[in-house]
Amino acid sequence: MNSRIGLIASNTFREAVRDRVLYNLIAFALLMSGAAILVGQISIDIERLVVINLGLTAVSLFGIVIAIFIGIGLVSKEIERRTLYTVLSRPVRRWEFIAGKFMGLAGTLVVNTFFMAIGVFGALLYVSHHFQAPDRWLLVALYFIVLQFLIITSLALFFSSFSSPLMSAVFAFALFVIGTFAEDLRGFAGMASGVARWLATGAAYLVPNFSALNVISSVAHQQPVSGQLILYNTAYALIYTTMALCGAVLIFERRNLK
Amino acid sequence: MTAIEILGLEKIYNVGFWRKRPKCALRPLHMQVEEGEIFGFLGPNGAGKTTTLKMLMGLVFPTSGSARILGMETNDPRMKAQIGFLPEQPYFYDYLTARELLEYYAGLSGVPAKERSRRSQEMLERVGLHDAGGLQLRKFSKGMLQRVGIAQAILHEPKVVFFDEPMSGLDPMGRREVRDLMDQLRQEGKTVFFCTHILSDAEALCDRVAIIHLGELRGVGSVADLTSSVQNRVELIWQGPSVPSSLRALGAEPHVAGSTVRAILLEANQDAAIEALRRERLRLISVVPVRTSLEDYFVQKLKPAESVAGGRQ
Repeated sequence: MNSRIGLIASNTFREAVRDRVLYNLIAFALLMSGAAILVGQISIDIERLVVINLGLTAVSLFGIVIAIFIGIGLVSKEIERRTLYTVLSRPVRRWEFIAGKFMGLAGTLVVNTFFMAIGVFGALLYVSHHFQAPDRWLLVALYFIVLQFLIITSLALFFSSFSSPLMSAVFAFALFVIGTFAEDLRGFAGMASGVARWLATGAAYLVPNFSALNVISSVAHQQPVSGQLILYNTAYALIYTTMALCGAVLIFERRNLK
Repeated sequence: MTAIEILGLEKIYNVGFWRKRPKCALRPLHMQVEEGEIFGFLGPNGAGKTTTLKMLMGLVFPTSGSARILGMETNDPRMKAQIGFLPEQPYFYDYLTARELLEYYAGLSGVPAKERSRRSQEMLERVGLHDAGGLQLRKFSKGMLQRVGIAQAILHEPKVVFFDEPMSGLDPMGRREVRDLMDQLRQEGKTVFFCTHILSDAEALCDRVAIIHLGELRGVGSVADLTSSVQNRVELIWQGPSVPSSLRALGAEPHVAGSTVRAILLEANQDAAIEALRRERLRLISVVPVRTSLEDYFVQKLKPAESVAGGRQ
């Protein structure tokens, strides 16, 4: 990796840590401890199912909130506070700045997810006293959650390269919600006709398909995840993220920093 | 050799939400700055100084025209490794310490990893912040931030340094130190381009100045030339309890401060005035020809457009 991108990424990570972003882990730890104790007392035979569903959903939501609310400020905050002036007046290209910012936040989210995953596995161990072979699919579900974070971070960066933080948050969150129902949208497109079909199909393929990246329910039911799906989802997330980042770079390259 | 070459840089913004209308921030600007000189870019607030600087730094794109720094385009990373920039009222990452910030910027400027720490410490000492290197920037005063800003602009030993209002927020001692630092940079052979509206700073430091107003270049020249013209008037300073009545007859308007009196009169009346002081046995301290100050030149260059604008209204 280019050293300037690495420096910008590590600075972004340091900013997130010092801005106490990782404090969300405390809330997560409290949630998982409370859930494990409560579920152990009120559930019969479905403790694992509840803990996995609750744990992975919490990992996803905590991460999405961080990705959106930090992602939208990555560029706009630097412009507003004029810290960008002293960065871009150095031999740093604008695309390097965007790439560094993305990698810094992505790194923060990976570290955050790592600690939350420990929390989920800890709670699972607490309620079932031992791990089972199908629990390895939890790692795949966590991997897909990280892929969702990459997509939403790149979208937040894309929107923040041309709009205000508030509008960027609205756009990114709306896309997350629509993307969660992407499969339903594709189903609707299949049933519609005429212009509605054309529009629905276009929208269905434009929004990120988060429903394909959500395997929480199936791994909670100890169902395996196919290698083909892992490969497909990885390629899809990387292509979508790259395209969103390219869009962000194209806009940012032409932007006047008034 | 030319350090900065500006070839017709122009900036027009489209303002307004619905019906966009053009607003000219900078009319085509042609200017050159030679290597090794301190060049002052003067003008009142809103004159177009910062817009020009931002175009030179590649932060704002010109509507037309171009610029070259050290013979290279303004978006050339090789050129950017050889320049330093202090923005107006700088603000830095407040979660970093001053030392961390300088090491970060050193890395971005291509300073080798093993040299970054030493270079940062040297810079902190040079700007008088050696005790504050471990303090987070959120705890810094405005003057301390300005010093950090100056340090980050020069830590990678650039050939050309751009300062936007470098004295802003500094106390008199700080201003003096920055003036000394700029003088040192000149002695080291660096080119300094600085924007200011404080004329005394420009007069004390600059080899040449340019005056810009309402986005238009009004004049360029060496400070020595601009301030050397004699106005056919002399300034007399003397000590004594009284102002001779014959002096008033010569057209002098004395200003009394304690026991010291200062008066300006036509050079043709100089001998008669000195004779009058002698007659009254007053102690003559100095007789100095009145020269055009940079302020006089600045005001003169700003006036015509304003009077034209006033006429239009």
